[in-house]
Amino acid sequence: MSEAASSAAYWLPVIFIGLMGLAVLVYAILDGYDLGVGILLPLGEEDEAQRDTMIASIGPFWDANETWLVLAIGLLLIAFPIAHNLILMHLYIPAAIMLVGLILRGVAFDFRAKAAVGYKLTWDRTFKAGSIITTLAQGYMLGQYVMGFQPGWQAQLFSAVSALGVTAAYSYMGSTWLVLKTETQLQERAVRWARRAGRATLLGVVAVSAINPLVNPTVFDRWFSYPLVMFVLLIPTLCFLAFIFNDLLLARLPKTNDRHSALPFALVVTIFLMCFTGLAFSFYPDIVPGQLNIWQAASATVSLKFILVGALIVIPVILIYTAFSYRVFRGKATELHYH
Amino acid sequence: MLDTLILSRIQFATNISFHILFPTITIALAWIIVFFKLRYDQTDNPVWMRAYRFWVKVFALTFALGVVSGITMSFQFGTNWPGFMARVGNIAGPLLGYEVLTAFFLEATFLGIMLFGIKRVPSKVHTFSAFVVAIGTTLSAFWILALNSWMQTPSGFELRDGVAYPESWLAIIFNASFPYRLTHMLLASGLTASFFVAGISAYRILKGDPKRAPRLALKTGLTLAAVFIPIQIFVGDLHGLNTFKYQPQKVAAMEGVWETERSAPLLLFAIPDGEEKTNHYEIAIPKMASLILTHELNGEIKGIEEFPEDHPPVAPVFFAFRIMVGMGLLMLVVSWGGCYLLWRRKELPRWALKTLVGMTFAGWVATLAGWYVTEIGRQPWLVTGVLRTADAVTPIPPSHVGFSLTLYLVVYVVLLYAYINTLKVMALKSVKVEEFETEEPLAGGSLTNLPESTQKQSKGESHE
Repeated sequence: MSEAASSAAYWLPVIFIGLMGLAVLVYAILDGYDLGVGILLPLGEEDEAQRDTMIASIGPFWDANETWLVLAIGLLLIAFPIAHNLILMHLYIPAAIMLVGLILRGVAFDFRAKAAVGYKLTWDRTFKAGSIITTLAQGYMLGQYVMGFQPGWQAQLFSAVSALGVTAAYSYMGSTWLVLKTETQLQERAVRWARRAGRATLLGVVAVSAINPLVNPTVFDRWFSYPLVMFVLLIPTLCFLAFIFNDLLLARLPKTNDRHSALPFALVVTIFLMCFTGLAFSFYPDIVPGQLNIWQAASATVSLKFILVGALIVIPVILIYTAFSYRVFRGKATELHYH
Repeated sequence: MLDTLILSRIQFATNISFHILFPTITIALAWIIVFFKLRYDQTDNPVWMRAYRFWVKVFALTFALGVVSGITMSFQFGTNWPGFMARVGNIAGPLLGYEVLTAFFLEATFLGIMLFGIKRVPSKVHTFSAFVVAIGTTLSAFWILALNSWMQTPSGFELRDGVAYPESWLAIIFNASFPYRLTHMLLASGLTASFFVAGISAYRILKGDPKRAPRLALKTGLTLAAVFIPIQIFVGDLHGLNTFKYQPQKVAAMEGVWETERSAPLLLFAIPDGEEKTNHYEIAIPKMASLILTHELNGEIKGIEEFPEDHPPVAPVFFAFRIMVGMGLLMLVVSWGGCYLLWRRKELPRWALKTLVGMTFAGWVATLAGWYVTEIGRQPWLVTGVLRTADAVTPIPPSHVGFSLTLYLVVYVVLLYAYINTLKVMALKSVKVEEFETEEPLAGGSLTNLPESTQKQSKGESHE
């Protein structure tokens, strides 16, 4: 095994699952906030100005955000084709529904600004509906994945809880993004949304974390075996503290000079990071829980080597460029059109 | 009853046909936009900036449709064609991966600055962003066509237990049909975007737009089309000869040749009959097909009969080919005629403008027809000689595929209607609005999604 452990056939799948995990995490954070903004979009007639600002706050980013999903699915397809086949065959219907949701919200975004004025509200509704459909479908698929695609009502119930949990989590992300990117009334509104979404997210996370080890004995063993338990329990603890601290902080926002307006978003990113680490820890090295591990699902070593060269050059560049882009568009969304 | 195979094929065709409409425009439109921006940087003439600002909005809309319909594609392989990745994933995966890594990201990230950053970054950085987006769209075509061409004429691999393993990436990427297909497709995009720009500009002029920007755009589009079309006809011929060499069964279907013959006639029209293995109602030019394909009057063309189990259905390939060629000839007449009129009298007469409006989406028709020729022409193979389409399909029940297909069809019909309608609305808006002539060009920005931009437009309207 020691010889095998040092070989490319061992390490390449590990590297690729790392890259894919990175892509999924970045996707969940980035598209999480823009889907969240879509979910929160208020549809009243008097809300039009706020809708414009909310959508302006994600304007320069959403294209690139959704591209991380293509990268994540792309890496799954390239590095673990058998897993890609297996997962997507199980998730055929929810994946189709999610894609339609993504299509609707993506185009609504552009149509709302360019179509005849009379249709603007229709496209805003489409944007909100598309965001909700996408999020519910993603949460449902996450639930199905965690349950290892088992049939039966328990799995369906768990997936339903997961769908609602992810919807709450994206709303949490989106509302704290708005706290960061907006001011005055909309910001105050976003703070209220954030508190409510935060509590709902906490419920969802607790529910999923409690059910997951109960239904998956291997997950239970992994989390609650000594001495690892001392270390890994840090993850839920940190996660819980972040929730509490954020709730207390949000109660005091907005502060004068807009102090600490970026902190809630950073805390939600931390929560996402913890939840993601928890999930990864539960299942690694399985890529389809209980059915397939990363070495069984991996492509040929030559293919992985060829694509690795590109990935190692391009992914850092993308990260640097993304940071640059966020710097260019830093500041409040309402200011986007001044200067 | 339709089975999973045929439903999956229809679904893949639907998704990719819908998707290709938008990249076909944006690949070349990105370069046209860079041209407008560069001309502005050089001349400081605001009319170029105005042309840029209008077309960058059209680009953003088209690009968004391309992005969202492209996401669907990355799921298709796993949902409907698991056999594809299981058998040739070692080759298809990295090529698709490079497409995502180099192209998709390059476009999507730099697009933010290109669309919204004009006031936030120096003009040079902005022009550079537009340039990178254009590079990205072209690279995207490069990788996708490398994979598609490999599926047509595979090389540089070995089969072990039915699974393809790469041997030489250079041989895989630069396979026999790749250079021809790539050039043919890039020119197709050039023509599609040229007629698109010319058509929408002609529409604006017809609706009474007195400004110079649509006239400049019209001239740019028409000139580009007139330059591209003869090159395209030449490259198309080379591509056909390449196909004749490597995939003779496809050419047999294109030409409607059932039995191997010398001095084969060129069929202008016929109704191929797959049952009887013959053509009805032929209108033909004697010996022309042999002349075109072999450059000899009595050259031999292999007929469908030589490929008993391995030939595509003749009728769709035959008709699609004629639609593509017919559209190409129409483009030749219209673009050269238009250029001649423009040269003689500066302003096009109304009937010519109307013709151009009618030709706005001519590129779509030709491109789709061309892709149907090459893709249906590859059947029954998914990867020629390596994997049959029927062996790659998913085992899921037809009702699932029927459900998703219905969903996609409904959404696509609505979106296509909304897209064309929105283009019309944008063109009409720009006829009335003076854009930003009174403002400092650099401060203009293309903040189409911001409340301020609608205010600006309504202010512009009240000035009128």
